[in-house]
Amino acid sequence: MVTIEDALTEQPLDPGEREKLERTWQPCPGFRGWLTSVDHKSVGKRYVATAFLFFLLGGLEASAIRLQLARPENRLLDPDQYNQIFTMHGTTMMFLFGVPVVLASATYLIPLMVGTRNISYPRLNAFGYWVYLIGGLFLYSGFILNTGPDSGWFSYVPLAGPEYSPGKRMDVWAQTVTFTEIAAIIAGIELIVTILKQRAPGMSLHRMPLYVWAILVTSFVVLFAMPSVALASQMLAFDRLVGTHFFNPAEGGDPFLWQHLFWFFGHPEVYIMFLPAAGFASEIIPVFARRKMFGHTAVVLALVATGFISFGLWVHHMFATGLPQLSQSFFTAASLMIAIPSGVQVFCWIATLWAGRPRFDTPLLFVLGFIALFVLGGITGVMVGSVPFDQQVHDTYFVVAHLHYVQVGAFVFPLFAAFYFWFPKVTGRMLSERAGKWNFWLFFLGVNITFFPMHFLGMMGMTRRIYTYLPETGWGDLNLLATAGAMLIAASVVVFLGNIAWSLRRGGLAGENPWDAHTLEWATSSPPPPYNFTHLPVVEGLYPVWERSAERPVVTGLSAERREILVTTVLDAEPDSRHENPGPSIWPLLSALPVGVTFIGGIFTPWAFVIGPALMLPALIGWGWPQAIPPDDRSIEEVAA
Amino acid sequence: MSSVADCGGGGGAGRARSGAVALLLLGVLAACERERRVYREVPPGATAFPAVQTGELQAGPPTADPTAGAYQENRWAVSQGQILFTQFNCAGCHSAGGGGGMGPPLNDPEWIYGSDPENIFATVVEGRPNGMPSFRGRIGNAQVWQLVAYVRTLGGLTAKDTWPARADAMDEVGPEPDPMPRGAL
Amino acid sequence: MSAADPAGPQADRIWDLGLLFITLGSVVYAVVIGFLLYALWQGGRRVESVGGPAVEHGLTQWVAGAIVVTTVLLLGLLVANLAVGRATAEFAQPGALTIRVTGHQWWWEIEYADPEPSRRVVTANEIHIPVGRQVRVEVSSRDVIHSFWVPNLHGKLDLTPGYRASTVLRADRPGVYHGRCAEFCGLQHARMDFRVIAESPGRFAAWYEGQLRPGRAPATTLEQQGQQVFLSRGCVLCHTVRGSAAGSRVGPDLTHLASRGTIAAGTLPNTRGHLAGWVLDPQSIKPGVLMPPNQLAANELRALLAYLQSLN
Repeated sequence: MVTIEDALTEQPLDPGEREKLERTWQPCPGFRGWLTSVDHKSVGKRYVATAFLFFLLGGLEASAIRLQLARPENRLLDPDQYNQIFTMHGTTMMFLFGVPVVLASATYLIPLMVGTRNISYPRLNAFGYWVYLIGGLFLYSGFILNTGPDSGWFSYVPLAGPEYSPGKRMDVWAQTVTFTEIAAIIAGIELIVTILKQRAPGMSLHRMPLYVWAILVTSFVVLFAMPSVALASQMLAFDRLVGTHFFNPAEGGDPFLWQHLFWFFGHPEVYIMFLPAAGFASEIIPVFARRKMFGHTAVVLALVATGFISFGLWVHHMFATGLPQLSQSFFTAASLMIAIPSGVQVFCWIATLWAGRPRFDTPLLFVLGFIALFVLGGITGVMVGSVPFDQQVHDTYFVVAHLHYVQVGAFVFPLFAAFYFWFPKVTGRMLSERAGKWNFWLFFLGVNITFFPMHFLGMMGMTRRIYTYLPETGWGDLNLLATAGAMLIAASVVVFLGNIAWSLRRGGLAGENPWDAHTLEWATSSPPPPYNFTHLPVVEGLYPVWERSAERPVVTGLSAERREILVTTVLDAEPDSRHENPGPSIWPLLSALPVGVTFIGGIFTPWAFVIGPALMLPALIGWGWPQAIPPDDRSIEEVAA
Repeated sequence: MSSVADCGGGGGAGRARSGAVALLLLGVLAACERERRVYREVPPGATAFPAVQTGELQAGPPTADPTAGAYQENRWAVSQGQILFTQFNCAGCHSAGGGGGMGPPLNDPEWIYGSDPENIFATVVEGRPNGMPSFRGRIGNAQVWQLVAYVRTLGGLTAKDTWPARADAMDEVGPEPDPMPRGAL
Repeated sequence: MSAADPAGPQADRIWDLGLLFITLGSVVYAVVIGFLLYALWQGGRRVESVGGPAVEHGLTQWVAGAIVVTTVLLLGLLVANLAVGRATAEFAQPGALTIRVTGHQWWWEIEYADPEPSRRVVTANEIHIPVGRQVRVEVSSRDVIHSFWVPNLHGKLDLTPGYRASTVLRADRPGVYHGRCAEFCGLQHARMDFRVIAESPGRFAAWYEGQLRPGRAPATTLEQQGQQVFLSRGCVLCHTVRGSAAGSRVGPDLTHLASRGTIAAGTLPNTRGHLAGWVLDPQSIKPGVLMPPNQLAANELRALLAYLQSLN
């Protein structure tokens, strides 16, 4: 019998209840527990840590690029190494850091924010992580063994085709992309289901936090964009391995097909990264402005609108291909239009700060840095959305500057803000504020010193992806400045790592709600127990922690002896049914390995497509092995609080 | 799965994982040598033509094998050879893809003058009776070795994963241009 | 080379648009950040947050106003952008000079497509154009995608294999304008430059007549020896010198090599020393380039250089 009862805070919890919950939800002990874990928190932490590791690797690659370009005719890297490194930088930052870290942080936060015990398909979630890990390790094994891809992260054919990229290099790239797509689609599906079906009672759609909205929209964008590039990367693999002619102009194939398929994913990808970042900002600003977010509905609409419009922009990456002007005009209009919903969000953030009493802790600093950089990146984005102007700056350092302002400014900055904001929740310890301020200012200065000069370099004719340039071009000084800025960014990241290492041991204890924040994850201990909430909360307003009534209603009646979660209705989040959430399982890992065998082996022999699935079959049988569950005849009944 | 934590039956996971990693590393290591790209094989001023060993007996000390690694079964060399095969008009006599025409086919198991890299190298450099011209002094050694690497893949003499896929280069540049320039509505 | 120093009508229009964008963008940026800083400053002095319907109403009006201004600005920019787009997409007028540009890894083949076949000129990496006359550039590629870009004259145009595209240029003042390949095309993408030399119609006509002539016959014994080296060694397999036996189109046409200012696709100035280094070991200058190292004896090299430098 699921009921909603009043639980005054002082009311002692049934100690037996808590013990049972502990026993039911605890992971297996030791290393095996690590391999079999299906808890969204441990998988999410692992996911975020892996993505950050790739962020550091991508950063090292970026440093190598900057050192090579610091002076004209520099001989630090030869062209082959340089091409591999810039390709690895782009691929790592986009496919192994950008999208995964968004979905990983959502995997951790969303179930807590919507007030449920676990993510919707926990074993699938673990499977997605393993697939992503195998893909990332695969790419880097290739890179270490001098088989790193070298045709750019965009991998334009025919340069990425069989003749001009001989060997396995681009095959490694294509399969890595396939791995990350699978992982992203999996995460998107789980998040959609968790958000729509597992919200705490009372959290109807109009009471959903903005970050949850952002993730919902993002997950749908993932679902529609990723298949496009997964298809494209498989077609590329077929062209290279089987000899099909999808992209071979001599036989009626079409290089533009690749560009359309790739950018149809590539532009939404930017918003897959930006929307959750905007969601972070919309969660953090009200907390530090100590007032409710202004224009909640407008921001929700802006998020949804951005998600829709993001699919109508992809051709602005192809303005130099000589397309007819009429179609270009359409994409120009769409590119300018997407500035409006972004503007709505910025104005709402400023309005919230305007009427609030801001306190300048590190998370807010990073969000403010984000607004400053994002507005600039948005303005240059409007510029490159214009066909004639883009024909001049396309493929030059102007675009490099623009994309780093939006990717670093509008994605990495909010991510750091979120890291400082939720680190206490995840670990139970606060990060150092002093180091945080150093981290912020070094980063902010570094990003501006690195990327602002690149606008001028682009207009002076410096094209992208060149491994060196002649002294006569006059680009040397600005490049040296940019390299100096890159070193500042590197120093900032070192401070950040030091801060984490120090805080994990010595940071101040966080307690339940150190920032006086308003979403549900702050209504449980830090770090949260494996079952998230002793009693599932009931939501009474848009700001559940700020707007709790004196009675504090909670859900009772879920079994503590099984991993039961409450399923609620999509619109109003009324209790609907009880659902059993699966326990620890080794099968996700054992199913992910054959996927690795299939895709990696497929580069060397078509038989891999036989061997891999044959290995996967027993794993899937194990995964789906029916469990004898004793029938449970208790029904759902709602009792109004 | 039942709600009771099922912590059994995972003993093989660690082994399976290390096995998979070992397999992966082996696979990529095999690819590693094939990916090496050599741009400056013959430094300028070195002797132009090393003695080509066509038999077991040779004068003087044994010479290092110029064919190892850098060219034979090397994807980069094969790909360069494929480009050169077209550009030097080898295809004029042997057909594109080595199907044979005026010259003998290169994609069958018959090799009139031997199929070892050294034999083919000699064929290109020295020329052969009945029409194969000598390219001595015209094609640099490195390029000849690249051609040799490509020609041997045509005959299926090398591991399958070093074979070139289709050629992407175009003989024609496509249809006549649109009379309307870029940007016309 | 700079997009901010236009020398032709299209680049001029685009740069005006760019200035409009930059000016407006700077103003918008300053206003938004100004609001943000002011909000932080006055919020930071507050002892307690303000609320209530009056405040909410004020904020709503403010945000709505900002969005309206944003939308109006964007619409204005859209109109400006379409106008410039139309203006830069000029039709070639009759009498335009037609030039075919073919991209290769990593050099540019230039062909002046005169309707009369005998008056066609093929050269590489340097385009001479008469000032004030329209030039129709048709681009294509046979290997990978390149992109034709002369910032001082016009925006980019991709060279996509299997497609032909064309654009129209015009230089309004004489000068040497640098161009580059703008689409990543492999190892030596960084060293795939070209130059556009805009000169008075008279000088252009003189240059054109010079290019129509076959390569100069060797005049001295040394040059004759040099031609022998050219024809008996590797050069002849890839290069053309019209009027001699060399006629391969794998590499750039060298018929009038000495008349060009640079070698190796704009990488090196065309001097005797650079030429010698390039012939002997191109791989150390452009690693991965298709030209192989050539082993020449000192006297052969001297003769070859004399011959190449006589090809004006």
